[in-house]
Amino acid sequence: MAQMNMKEAIRDALRVELKRDPNVLLFGEDVGHVGGVFRATEGLQKEFGEERVFDTPLAESAIGGLAVGLGIQGFRPVAEIQFVGFIFEALDQMAIQASRMRYRSGGRYNSPIVFRTPFGGGVKAAELHTDSLEGLLTQTPGIKVVVPSNPYDAKGLMIASIRDNDPVFFMEHLNLYHAFRAEVPENDYVVELGKANVVREGSDVTIITYGMMVHTSIKAADELEKTKGIKVEIIDLRTISPIDIDTIVASIQKTNRAIVVQEAQKSAGVAAEVIAQINEKAILHLEAPVLRVAGPDTVYPFAQIEDTWLPTPTRIIDAVNKVLEF
Amino acid sequence: MSKVPYEVYTEEVEALSVLSPDGEIINKDKLPKLTDDQLKEIMYRMVFTRTWDDRAVNLGRQGRLGFYAPVSGQEATMVGSEFALQKEDFIAPGYRDIPQLVWHGLPLYQAFLYSRGHQHGGQIPDGVNVLMPQIIIGAQILHAMGIAMGYKLKKQKQVVITYTGDGGSSEGDFYEGLNYAGVYKLPVIFFVQNNGYAITTPFAKQTAALSIAHKAVAAGIKGVKIDGMDVLAVIKAVQEAAERGRNGEGATLIEAVTYRFRPHSLSDDATKYRTKEEEGEWNEKDPIARFAKYLEKKGLWTEEDTARVKEEAKAKVNEEIKKAEKTEKMTIPGLIDSMFEKTPKHLEEQKADFK
Ligand SMILES: Cc1ncc(C[n+]2csc(CCOP(=O)(O)OP(=O)(O)O)c2C)c(N)n1
Repeated sequence: MAQMNMKEAIRDALRVELKRDPNVLLFGEDVGHVGGVFRATEGLQKEFGEERVFDTPLAESAIGGLAVGLGIQGFRPVAEIQFVGFIFEALDQMAIQASRMRYRSGGRYNSPIVFRTPFGGGVKAAELHTDSLEGLLTQTPGIKVVVPSNPYDAKGLMIASIRDNDPVFFMEHLNLYHAFRAEVPENDYVVELGKANVVREGSDVTIITYGMMVHTSIKAADELEKTKGIKVEIIDLRTISPIDIDTIVASIQKTNRAIVVQEAQKSAGVAAEVIAQINEKAILHLEAPVLRVAGPDTVYPFAQIEDTWLPTPTRIIDAVNKVLEF
Repeated sequence: MSKVPYEVYTEEVEALSVLSPDGEIINKDKLPKLTDDQLKEIMYRMVFTRTWDDRAVNLGRQGRLGFYAPVSGQEATMVGSEFALQKEDFIAPGYRDIPQLVWHGLPLYQAFLYSRGHQHGGQIPDGVNVLMPQIIIGAQILHAMGIAMGYKLKKQKQVVITYTGDGGSSEGDFYEGLNYAGVYKLPVIFFVQNNGYAITTPFAKQTAALSIAHKAVAAGIKGVKIDGMDVLAVIKAVQEAAERGRNGEGATLIEAVTYRFRPHSLSDDATKYRTKEEEGEWNEKDPIARFAKYLEKKGLWTEEDTARVKEEAKAKVNEEIKKAEKTEKMTIPGLIDSMFEKTPKHLEEQKADFK
């Protein structure tokens, strides 16, 4: 096995799939020649040629529409939107065209597309480069939304996403690209879409989260265990649409208490959806209301105060204490 | 009925220059009318802008600035285009177009605050007709439409200038903007700084059109291509476009061919996609050196003047960055209160999370 950071693991997944399936194509702004602004696709154009890996003109709606058309032709496009704030330019193609192709054509066509987008705060990037916009896409039927939290999952989820015959919005947290290395198999393997992962077992309370917040939650859990002996179970959703409610319910049956942690603004997002599903499926197992730790409902304040804006271990610990003391 | 021409505009249009690389007037008809004091002021602003850019890059490396997009090489397009406007005219910029904002009246320390992600940076003082820098490429072009229509409806003889790059000219918003401006005959100037690259993507991969100026044809507006390293050509073209706008003759698309000496942003490495030779060729067209030659021949400028302006600019930048650094930090409750005129109850509650 090799040691890879998350960026290398994603690149490796792309390489595996480009090699395996001649229908896989990779494109977007600056992804070809230099391998993207984060060099996530570095070297792939050299290896697979300009027909398979290429730069597009600066036009996101066109990138999305190109992907939809190529999908109809039987290709498997992996289209990069350079930074998350620019998905709005492509939203018609992602949220309306790609997501309902199967429905509209009565199954004649599908959209086997992966839309890749870096996102996520705490890196002091420019305005609109880091916002957590995943909630927008999870509201859209017909598209899956994937957010890996580590290199192993990232590779396996990426391969699964490329092989999926429906559109997948694949979000790569900027803070995780280089955060750490982990063992990643060199061959191909998949991490099933729509399956959560229990990253830490515990009996007192469940934290449901995804992406970078898995790591922030682990910090909080370590602290809770050390100072108070509280055993926290942490669930990494990995896919936030669809949500793996079975894994969540099984955990709540054990702990009877939960909080949900997300980087995105509080209202109407993934956390709200998780709590709604818990209410539907596990309310009788709850000893306390499920709380949310999230960004406040403001615009994302780039750079200046993002560290206080983003959920911190302290805020997570406070929420855990509240549900335990309820 | 008029005949549709069989072929439409398939030839390269030549870029307008007024000054030769040696600083000689080569196009007398297009020499803008400027007093000696104005000529010196233009030079002052270009040298100041170059010095400020050098300082900003250093401040960025020291972590004292946040996101910053370098401008060196584009002083003629930035300083010249703003200089050709009147104070009442409106500027809708992209992220790189900070010099135009500052020369139009935005205090420099606020430009630094914007870079550092402080919301006060975007709080434009009354009487300064500019928008804050736009990150979404192309969005500002459509705002310019609305602002221009406002002037038209209010029968005010003001014009709006909006900037983007060669890359930006591929966005859907760009085409939609040109088309609206044509249909409504709006007093807008689309100023495209074609510096040959959109981050790493070269012009040849951006469009197969011979020029961006050609794109005006389809929208029924005037399109011109100019030498963007020649400040006098820039001023002339913008003056003419502004006059057309003020006279109710509608919009103009100006493509200024230019070059930025530095990479796209402070986190980008231009050696991966540009050659030393290319950079050398463009260095010879440096807009400041060229204009200096012209002014020196007229006896209006000396090397000492350049040195003096550089010192002045350095001192001013130091003062303004300090002012930015001393500005009180934003708070999350303050941020929450800036979302709505009257903060709703659920947001009042959220403040409690940030005590
Ligand atoms: C809608 C949108 N897509 C992508 C980006 C990312 N991006 C920032 S600058 C840039 C290239 C812009 O090139 P150009 O318009 O030629 O202007 P230049 O930077 O060369 O002045 C890109 C792709 C963005 N800011 N907005």
